[in-house]
Amino acid sequence: MAKIHVTTTINGEPMEYLCEPNDTMLDALRGPLGLTGSKEGCSSGDCGACSITVDDRLVCSCLMLAAEAEGHELRTIEGLADGEKLHPLQQKFLEQAALQCGICTSGMLIASDALLRRNPNPSEEEVRFWLAGNLCRCTGYDKIVRAVMETAAEMRDGIKEAAQ
Amino acid sequence: MADIRYLAPQSLDEAIGAFAAAGSAARILAGGTDLLVQMRSGVVKPGVIVDIKKIAEMTAIKEGADGSFVIGAAASGMALYEHPRFGKVWPGVLEGINLIGSKQVQGRASPGGNLMNGSPAGDSVPAMIAAGAIVTVQGPNGRRELKVEDVPAGPGRTNLKPGEILVSFKLPSRPSGSSDAYLRMIPRTEMDIAVVGIGVSLTIKDGVCTAARVGLGAVAPTALLVEAAGKALVGSKLDDAALEKAAEACRAACRPIDDKRGTIAYRIKTAGVLLKRTTAIAAKRATGK
Repeated sequence: MAKIHVTTTINGEPMEYLCEPNDTMLDALRGPLGLTGSKEGCSSGDCGACSITVDDRLVCSCLMLAAEAEGHELRTIEGLADGEKLHPLQQKFLEQAALQCGICTSGMLIASDALLRRNPNPSEEEVRFWLAGNLCRCTGYDKIVRAVMETAAEMRDGIKEAAQ
Repeated sequence: MADIRYLAPQSLDEAIGAFAAAGSAARILAGGTDLLVQMRSGVVKPGVIVDIKKIAEMTAIKEGADGSFVIGAAASGMALYEHPRFGKVWPGVLEGINLIGSKQVQGRASPGGNLMNGSPAGDSVPAMIAAGAIVTVQGPNGRRELKVEDVPAGPGRTNLKPGEILVSFKLPSRPSGSSDAYLRMIPRTEMDIAVVGIGVSLTIKDGVCTAARVGLGAVAPTALLVEAAGKALVGSKLDDAALEKAAEACRAACRPIDDKRGTIAYRIKTAGVLLKRTTAIAAKRATGK
């Protein structure tokens, strides 16, 4: 069986790869594409460690076939920082120790970023519901939720300052 | 690895041809949030996967001039959430759809998949039944329409014929004073499967309920239309007596299982409670009060 040739865009860069028909997007990311920031937790869409965005919508890359990426725009954790400059969410997660073992962290960051792009001023309840598909067995979530809320506030202030 | 083929046809005719030709080895891929889990666990070993998302009709969300909506079978929960009008006209259908899984699952999962997966507890199905949704299916012998409540045949089974594909849902236009709501009972606050789910769609004119439909999920082998519950509400001012009569109709319609999520007695009692609460929300939305 011939492999499938896929042409797609990942973190703004055109990419192509070969995959088997039943490879998941997560298989392709962590395999031929070498983007190992997306983690494999449950492989059944429960834990969110493999979260990416496809055309700006948050998805579990373990629940998507690699072949489906053809013609779409994907974003992974590798695209979150601006070169060496961490994204404000990444910086805040470090400052607030919003992670321990780190397996859930890239999924938490991608999901939080997807939330803040839609809603720059979420309530704590909105943050908690939005992140319900990202499991963390270390932190008890509190530090993560606080880090997202504080990042959102600082990013809003930043936009205000830039406007003034 | 067993031979497996991935196809992403651009047209519905092509998809139906490929799907019918592959027979029972074929699986339709919409959001994949059930299919990929089933493949991973080995429950399903498809020979051909037909991805329907390259077919424009399958992902379209269209509001007609008369206010009706046609939703492609593979339109995702997030696409419906982002639609500027859908949630205003059908808030209950949208809340049922948006209760399916996490935000990640919402990014892919579709009401079409939720219906075709055949789970008695699918959250969008009771709301679609209450809405009076009609589905269009197409197979080698052409198109036909079914009421959404006639699609599920039992857990994991539907009444579609071999080779038929779900194409779209049509939700009717609504008279003024209409709205809907969906509520489910789960043991947790989020990310769980319904113990009972109820969709209520109604129309209220001058304080009197003039039309009502009730869809009930997770308490029988399939989601159900509870006609007697709707009838109990019509003609009333949604007073306690009418609500109790409708609640009794819901309890009477239950044929639930006992499992770790809820006992038979608990599910039956909850069905009545949820009928009242869901009706109250739908009525509030319909009257703007």
